[in-house]
Amino acid sequence: MRKVKGKEVSYAKYGYLFIAPFFIAFLIFQFIPLIQTIYYSFFEYYRSGLKIIGPNPVGLANYSALFEADFGRYAGNTIIMWIIGFVPQIIISLLLAAWFTDIRLKIKGKQFFKVVIYMPNLIMASAFAMLFFALFSDNGPVNTTLVSMGILSKPFRFLSSVWGTRGLVGLMNFLMWFGNTTILLMAAVMGINPSLFEAAELDGCSPRQTFFRVTLPMIRPILVYVLITSMIGGLQMFDVPQILTNGKGTPDRTSMTLIMYLNNHLFSKNYGMAGAVSVILFIIAAILCLAVYFTLNADDDSKRVRKRDRFKPRKEAVNG
Amino acid sequence: MKKGFKAFLSIALAAAMIFGMTACGGGGSSEGGEEAAAEQGKVLNIWCWNDEFQSRFNDYYPGVAEVAEDKSTTTLEDGTVVKWTINPNEGMNYQDKLDAALLAQESAAADEKVDIFLVEADYALKYVDSDYTLDVKELGLTDDDMADQYQYTKDIVTDSNGAQKGTTWQATPGLFAYRRSIAKDVLGTDDPDAVQEALADWDKFNAVAEQAAAKGYKMLSGYDDSYRTFSNNVSAPWVDGTAVNVDANIMKWVEQTKEFTDKGYNNKTSLWAPEWAADQGPEGKVFGFFYSTWGINFTLLGNSLADPEGAQEVGNGIFGDYAVCYGPEPYYWGGTWICAAAGTDNTELVADVMKQLTCNPEIMKKITLDTQDYTNSVSAMTEIAEDPDFGSAFLGGQNHIALFVEAAQKIDMSNAGPYDQGCNEGIQGAFKDYFDGNVDMDGAKANFEKTIKEKFPEIESVNWPE
Repeated sequence: MRKVKGKEVSYAKYGYLFIAPFFIAFLIFQFIPLIQTIYYSFFEYYRSGLKIIGPNPVGLANYSALFEADFGRYAGNTIIMWIIGFVPQIIISLLLAAWFTDIRLKIKGKQFFKVVIYMPNLIMASAFAMLFFALFSDNGPVNTTLVSMGILSKPFRFLSSVWGTRGLVGLMNFLMWFGNTTILLMAAVMGINPSLFEAAELDGCSPRQTFFRVTLPMIRPILVYVLITSMIGGLQMFDVPQILTNGKGTPDRTSMTLIMYLNNHLFSKNYGMAGAVSVILFIIAAILCLAVYFTLNADDDSKRVRKRDRFKPRKEAVNG
Repeated sequence: MKKGFKAFLSIALAAAMIFGMTACGGGGSSEGGEEAAAEQGKVLNIWCWNDEFQSRFNDYYPGVAEVAEDKSTTTLEDGTVVKWTINPNEGMNYQDKLDAALLAQESAAADEKVDIFLVEADYALKYVDSDYTLDVKELGLTDDDMADQYQYTKDIVTDSNGAQKGTTWQATPGLFAYRRSIAKDVLGTDDPDAVQEALADWDKFNAVAEQAAAKGYKMLSGYDDSYRTFSNNVSAPWVDGTAVNVDANIMKWVEQTKEFTDKGYNNKTSLWAPEWAADQGPEGKVFGFFYSTWGINFTLLGNSLADPEGAQEVGNGIFGDYAVCYGPEPYYWGGTWICAAAGTDNTELVADVMKQLTCNPEIMKKITLDTQDYTNSVSAMTEIAEDPDFGSAFLGGQNHIALFVEAAQKIDMSNAGPYDQGCNEGIQGAFKDYFDGNVDMDGAKANFEKTIKEKFPEIESVNWPE
């Protein structure tokens, strides 16, 4: 009797012990820096040569300076480059996921293709960007090939043209992430009850109808998840454009993303401005996270409500 | 009970091991630090941005005993180990890393402290006018030691209190290096005096550019090639207080480069880009390049070879096809100074390195004869300039040192300042978009202002010339 009681108490204690390392690490490496970032965003605090200036409290001056200095423009750049990469990514991924999971197609070497499309994600983004920088330079292999094939009369200067640079960034993001998205969507499709597909087939659905009427609605929660995580990832776009444009966001700052802008301030050790940029990014990311949370939960809630509704009449019927 | 004891024992043992190890490590390093502080250190840390000084040191410093295979360390005869820390210069990367190291200098262990760091003309003042550099005279260098050096190389590293904080083995007057074969085709002669006559001022230079374009050549490779000839002849430093003042001469560079670009006189490359380097090689169709001393024997020679690993002789690429003349305006480019970091534990060795590698006329002369670099010894350079037998095979037998001696007297670094690298890179980057046609003049100006304010938060305004 006494033994049993003792065991019950100690279990909870060990539980806290096991989760403690996470909370300690979180506190030291995430929470305190976060609070510090927010705190310093209200200060003038930077390094001038080898002298440290500040921290002097300046209120909201950093924030107002930020919005005067094209913050919106860099946000726009980030969104444009994200869309250039995301639109083809989601279309190709959906297509591939539908094909790979279709039992009637019987694609051979599925596993092999899955590995191949996931491969670009394993390369470091910076190495990938370096590769593209070399490939698409003014005298690079792409230009040489296009000119010798007679498609172009003289080399096209990709990295000196606005849409050339943005397009390359989008293309790289697409190549790096479509494999990952495909695998996520495949998991979602395979999670659908096969009897639904069988029923659709029996009722004479064409493959297109099956895709739009059965598959798409059923994987909606995963699609929303993919969209939002990709948005958050896009918001943090940095390494690809940074390496491709040598940190300058050329031409005319049209490929300067928010994080590259943040990096510029961090490089000159301007903790005040960098803090202000970070805080705004944090708020945007937090809103996006909440959006995911509510869309996913709202979905569950509405199902539960529907179920309850379905039960109610029966109960009434029994009572009646 | 038994199980519990075993577990306890193993944990206790593991803990003992970990604590034992850390205790050992901590004790060891602190002991070493105390010893080193008492006398001269056994490790000399040198910070630089390329292997130029490293190879000079390894080849010419008398005390060198052994160089590591990967060149990361050099061992001296007295057993001192020289550790090289090399960080690329571009985008103020070297300054950034060096700043971090210097700010941590006080708390660093004796063998980790920076002992020597190199600085470039573009930001020398930032370190010279700080407490992080030592007065070379306090280290033991005398005016007599340095009497043979060019005065400007001493002026630029002299702080506002008159203390000289660095010293250099080179002077860096700039010249215009042109292709003999192209000059013959365009001007009918490759004689340096005649070519100089044809390029004596900017109007003549532009006229030759037109002639060269008519024959299918480019006058210059890219946007930044002539930049230094303009930026070195400005009337005031970049920064005054918290304002950046763009000099009228810089705008002349913008005007000329835009004209060259629109008329097809250049190849639209940027400094240090692979296309730019290729233009200097066998396939290049570019009339010439503005280069200072180190650029001719170090960069241009390397780029001119068809087979970089092959012998440096006529027949390998366009070796021998270049010659030099003064060009339209005198200028300088680059230059590397040796500074002693405050807090160094190797004061004697640092002083000796400075003495041997910047003040010893024998070594200076030998460096020039071996590498054709232009060294900081007026007497040795004049001697070589007057030597009728001296000539550079790379330049078709021309005695380029004679031209450098002339050009070196015209160097004026009085307008150099601590912000120069950031401003020079900033304006070249901002106006590249203008030359490419991506922005108009106002857009380029606005982008320059943004870049400067990001790089230097203390800058409040940017003033443009009328």
